[in-house]
Amino acid sequence: MRWFGRSRRKYRTEWWIMIAGVLIIVLILTMTVFPHVFARFDPNDQDAGGQMTAPSAAHIMGTDNLSRDVWARVVYGARTILGVAIAAALLSAIIGIPLGLLSGFAGGMFDRILSLIMDSVYSFPGLILAIAFAAMLGPGVINITLAVAVVYIPTYFRLVRGQTLSIKEEVYVEAARAIGARRGTILSRYVFPNVIATVVVVLSLNIADAIMTEAALSYIGLGLPAGIPDWGMDLSMGKKFLPSGVWWMITFPGLMIMLLALGFTMLGEGLAEILNPRLLER
Amino acid sequence: MPSAEKTILEVQDLSIAYPISIGVVRAVEGVSFTLDDGEALGLVGESGCGKSTLGLSILKLQRPPGRVTEGKIMYRGTDILGMSERALLKMRGQSISMIFQNPLTSLNPLFTIERHFLETIHFHDSSVPREKALAAVEKMLETLGIERKRLKEYPHQLSGGMRQRIMIGLALIMNPDILIADEPTTSLDVIVEAGFTDLLLSLRRIYKLSIILITHNLGLVAEIADRIAVMYAGSIMEIAPTEEIFARPLHPYTQGLINCVPNILVDQKELVTMPGSPPDLVDPPIGCRFAPRCPHVMAVCREGAPALLEHAPGHSAACWLYAKSTREKRVNAVEG
Repeated sequence: MRWFGRSRRKYRTEWWIMIAGVLIIVLILTMTVFPHVFARFDPNDQDAGGQMTAPSAAHIMGTDNLSRDVWARVVYGARTILGVAIAAALLSAIIGIPLGLLSGFAGGMFDRILSLIMDSVYSFPGLILAIAFAAMLGPGVINITLAVAVVYIPTYFRLVRGQTLSIKEEVYVEAARAIGARRGTILSRYVFPNVIATVVVVLSLNIADAIMTEAALSYIGLGLPAGIPDWGMDLSMGKKFLPSGVWWMITFPGLMIMLLALGFTMLGEGLAEILNPRLLER
Repeated sequence: MPSAEKTILEVQDLSIAYPISIGVVRAVEGVSFTLDDGEALGLVGESGCGKSTLGLSILKLQRPPGRVTEGKIMYRGTDILGMSERALLKMRGQSISMIFQNPLTSLNPLFTIERHFLETIHFHDSSVPREKALAAVEKMLETLGIERKRLKEYPHQLSGGMRQRIMIGLALIMNPDILIADEPTTSLDVIVEAGFTDLLLSLRRIYKLSIILITHNLGLVAEIADRIAVMYAGSIMEIAPTEEIFARPLHPYTQGLINCVPNILVDQKELVTMPGSPPDLVDPPIGCRFAPRCPHVMAVCREGAPALLEHAPGHSAACWLYAKSTREKRVNAVEG
């Protein structure tokens, strides 16, 4: 494709932002796949060495109040947060995209009712809604995923519906109908592929957002049962010991949450600049 | 008048309205015309006079919320407006096809040219094997004068003129009887337009096409059309064979349109324009819709709309200026 070569020169910054994002994501993803390579200790090992010892050569991020290795918890915790965030973002995309397509394409009463429902969900602050759902569903990996997913369904719905509305007015859609294309064909071959590029960008940004939401939920104790290493949970634990000078328990999981969210945000922003043809016109 | 067997398409007293918040836009009002097998009919008029709406309605694709309030569109004896969705899908592309004025955006940006053709063939018959379909496509490309290697390219790699040729190829690949071309050359430059005109003429011969050419380009219709229908504010004002209408335009609107075309042989200091603008279609003037701009306006023009009557063989006009003479002729005919 032509824009590929051109944009590499013209949009160097965007490319670097995206590559940096991808590197961060790949690094953390590797940690989730081979945690034992990165951490010598088990995240739940309460005998890793001393209570709340400061970072040292043996424990580069120190140990927590239950004598667990903080680095091991960071490494294994990546698995939880990344899994939940990606699964939630994908789940909301899988539900939101088809609904948006159908709603925008069909129009009429169906569209109005669905839009009303989605807009009312959207009008809630995301975290409050996630808290409500998480509280309703109870703790558990699947439940927290569902609670986070619900928040983002309207994002996809609104985006895809808007794009569908504009693409179905394109001349190429009318031209295809004028030579005998079915409505289903128009939807699947003409509208959907032209909508999906924008969705990729939003997906990446949404994962970044879902990471924060997941961390927030487990921070306030609505997330996961004990025993599953989780950054948000370690954060709330570390908070208690911060006044007594134990800075490492809260700092490292916090930095990791930030880093991971940053990675997906950079990927999303980079993709947005590169894929968006309107920005290319500048 | 054309004989019944030769008539392929007959639009009878068609009216199309768009209900909008401030009222009802009567985009097309009481339009009737026929199209003979193999004939090219030019549909001429200013922007917004209902030409495109009329073209789209022949495929029953008028844009929402537009709907046909009255009339029939008979294609080979069947009313298109009463067809089932299934029959419509079969008809579009196989019997009647349409191309649009914006070739740059008429193709799906994500499909290669080859995929456009294969998809179009498969809209109509999904059982056609790929090789057979490709053979048909290659034959079509040859007719269009496009190289085979272009098949693998995407629309953005082609020029506007080439894209318009692809569009017409897609419209004709299923061998329809009628092609509706809605301002096909509007966004093309004159050289490309000339090439496209030649292509349209040769395709017409090869495929024995009937053509409805919607345009405001009088030069283009003069070259292609056998007959011309002049539309104003949703109604047909005059309809006549091409040579006849240029030689003896009856309706003052037609005369105005023809006068507006600059003539290189006459020393003109200024461009001739027609004063005024088309009426508001939500609240059109009572009587003749052209009356407010007409240089020959009479009292009767503001009282009732004139009917489209034949004033010479094959030459009809909707104007009070000629009504009297026709009435006399009729009276004479009855007396004789």
